[in-house]
Amino acid sequence: MSTGKNQLFNQKIQVMNNYELMVIFTPVLSEEDFKSTQKKYQDFIKENGGSTVASNPWGLKSLAYPIDKKTTGIYWILEFTAPATVNEKLKIQFLRDEQIMRHMITKLDKYAVEYNHIKRNGGFPVHKAVEA
Amino acid sequence: MAKNEIKYLTAIKQEKPKKKFCRFKKYGIKYVDYKDTDFLKKFLNEQGKMLPRRLSGNSLKYQRKVADAIKRSRQMAMLPYVTDLFK
Repeated sequence: MSTGKNQLFNQKIQVMNNYELMVIFTPVLSEEDFKSTQKKYQDFIKENGGSTVASNPWGLKSLAYPIDKKTTGIYWILEFTAPATVNEKLKIQFLRDEQIMRHMITKLDKYAVEYNHIKRNGGFPVHKAVEA
Repeated sequence: MAKNEIKYLTAIKQEKPKKKFCRFKKYGIKYVDYKDTDFLKKFLNEQGKMLPRRLSGNSLKYQRKVADAIKRSRQMAMLPYVTDLFK
């Protein structure tokens, strides 16, 4: 349907955005399953033209209020860049997945990206000055 | 009775109350992280309700960002919607 020129145009149009994903898994999930599901979703993002920036599994944490009659959950945070079309596909996957109790994708602005970058590389310069 | 002596029923406040400031503007914080619950707790009262701008001193721009961050945090069960004896 589309010519080569059109395809090129479509590729150019695709804007990459920075996103942050937070997922709460059920506490009954085993360590291996937790790792494999992390990999599964990272691969899914990669297949759809995105890439992961950082993955941060928080592990088991108690919830502020019960979700699905459970008082604990396994948290996982993923920072990734992807075109905007990925989010809808991801959402469908999350809703189908029975191991996921809750998920949230937030778009990061430039200050948020900077904040996360600094936090990943060992704290803020202000804290460093205090330590030294 | 001495002349020119004015008596008040209540003592006059000598010191002016300290002016509140927006901590985000003062310290140059540009992004409010919804994952940092310890920080967000500063803007909540004992029942887990958000403090008004009148008390927190935030500028409107950052009060909105704080509100967004708190609401996100609540959705992900990191902060409670309602509690008693919070903190």
